[in-house]
Amino acid sequence: MEGRVARWFELRSRVWYEVAAELRAVEHGKHAAPATVRELVRSYPEIARDLAIARREAPDGALTRHLEQIYLELHRVIFRSPGNWWRDTKFLFLHGAAIESMRIRWHMIWVTALFCLSAAAGWLLVARYPELATLFASEGMVETVMSGQLWTDDLHNVLPSSVLSVQLFTNNVMVSLFAVCLGIFFGLGTFYIISLNGMMLGSIFAFTHQYGLGMRLFEWVAAHGFVELSVICVAGAVGASFGEALARPGHLTRLASFQQAVRRGLKLMVVALVFLIGAGFVEGFVSPNPNINLAGRLAVGLGYWVLFVLVMSGGLGRLLNIFRRR
Amino acid sequence: MQDVYSIPSVTGIDLNLQIAGPGARSFAFVIDWHIRLLAALGWYVAGTLILYQTLAIDYSTTSFVFNLGVVYPALAIYFLYHPIIELIMAGRTPGKRIAGVRVVKADGAMPGIGEILIRNVFRLIDHLPVFYCVGLTVSILSKNSLRIGDMAAGTLLVYDQKAERQPQALSGDAINRVGMDGLELAHDLLARWDRLDVPVRNELARQLLTKFDSLPDELHSINFRRELEKVLA
Repeated sequence: MEGRVARWFELRSRVWYEVAAELRAVEHGKHAAPATVRELVRSYPEIARDLAIARREAPDGALTRHLEQIYLELHRVIFRSPGNWWRDTKFLFLHGAAIESMRIRWHMIWVTALFCLSAAAGWLLVARYPELATLFASEGMVETVMSGQLWTDDLHNVLPSSVLSVQLFTNNVMVSLFAVCLGIFFGLGTFYIISLNGMMLGSIFAFTHQYGLGMRLFEWVAAHGFVELSVICVAGAVGASFGEALARPGHLTRLASFQQAVRRGLKLMVVALVFLIGAGFVEGFVSPNPNINLAGRLAVGLGYWVLFVLVMSGGLGRLLNIFRRR
Repeated sequence: MQDVYSIPSVTGIDLNLQIAGPGARSFAFVIDWHIRLLAALGWYVAGTLILYQTLAIDYSTTSFVFNLGVVYPALAIYFLYHPIIELIMAGRTPGKRIAGVRVVKADGAMPGIGEILIRNVFRLIDHLPVFYCVGLTVSILSKNSLRIGDMAAGTLLVYDQKAERQPQALSGDAINRVGMDGLELAHDLLARWDRLDVPVRNELARQLLTKFDSLPDELHSINFRRELEKVLA
């Protein structure tokens, strides 16, 4: 018996050295030669067999631990997902986002309806009970509006546009991601964030309207608001889809269903967040600029929103295909 | 005792991963937090001093170059440290490396960009309300010590024992003489030789040499370590 083990060791030990060395090279280097990869794939079942022998002969031995590590490292390297960033990103923006939007279209419709209803409720509340405005706006904001000004008027003087943009898009990204992540509470956290944001928007518009500043607020919002609010609704829809995956997992386990929803939903969020960052820059550079009139702001806001809708609906990919064919 | 997570492989030989618990996870995070905080602060302080020669600056008058070259990169270092470093280092960060852990997919493979983004986005929930209370509690209570981000991404935090060097002392001849078990025992004893008390290691070596039928007759002048090494050669 020991003779067979000894022969096996003599025969195989050189292979283990070589495989370990090749693994170190693959791990640290970006690319590996095709011959090296072929060699590693070929050695995978051989190392598995060696490990099985080592586990039988010396279950807790140094050799077994050594082979366990080689086997694990081989597995990690061989079963690593193929990555092509540029191709994957292009596909995501031209087609992938549309596929995922289509999948959660009903969530989008319901979340948008919830957002609109909340905004209407906020408007009605503040229109009927103006003192409730302090629930949705800070004291400073309320005092500024009561003195006939918007809190956004001086924003440009306090902070440079570049800093303002970063602050704005960071805040918006955080709100959107919270709306998504809170979906793990069976969607209730998402509904809370969407309702709260809708109510805030409606109440603030109602409050500014009472002081004759509603139109000026709309002017401020016109350049960035369409995309920003759309992204909030998309984030809400993704969060709601997480909630549904947990509440109604179907034939999958609850965890597997959640993981599937997260994988698909986060793809959509990557696209939406890129647009949200763009909206932050519009809000920092275009919205506070007094030299751009309402028409200009609407052109920027609606143009950007159309691009967003084209990407989310797959229209951009179809348009590019048509141009390519011509 | 570490939890072992077994993954069935196409070869029929399971892969065994040792799950890292909340302690290792926290240790890695604390190291990483210090690294990213110091790196971001360092960048900010150095950049500000280079541009303005002072740290007492009026933010309303700062230039675009300052924001682009100092503020944004410092924020990016702090907030994007985990996803970017985990991507570059294939599921590791300096903190994880020091703690001896790494992130892998549930099938044992290296995590891709999707998994890494997902587990880091869910830090938003894990860090609630403060100091990762949710993440830590969930990882203490959950099977395989997963935080919510890992559950969402389908990843695990496992011990990353660097591949042990191939046992030099093993050879075909030695296996023939004393068998695999004997070799492993002798190898382990030699590895711990300097940490053991002299009478204890000598007694263990004597017992092993007796078992291998290699105990010399002249016991009063014997060098047990050399005798063991001779057996393994």
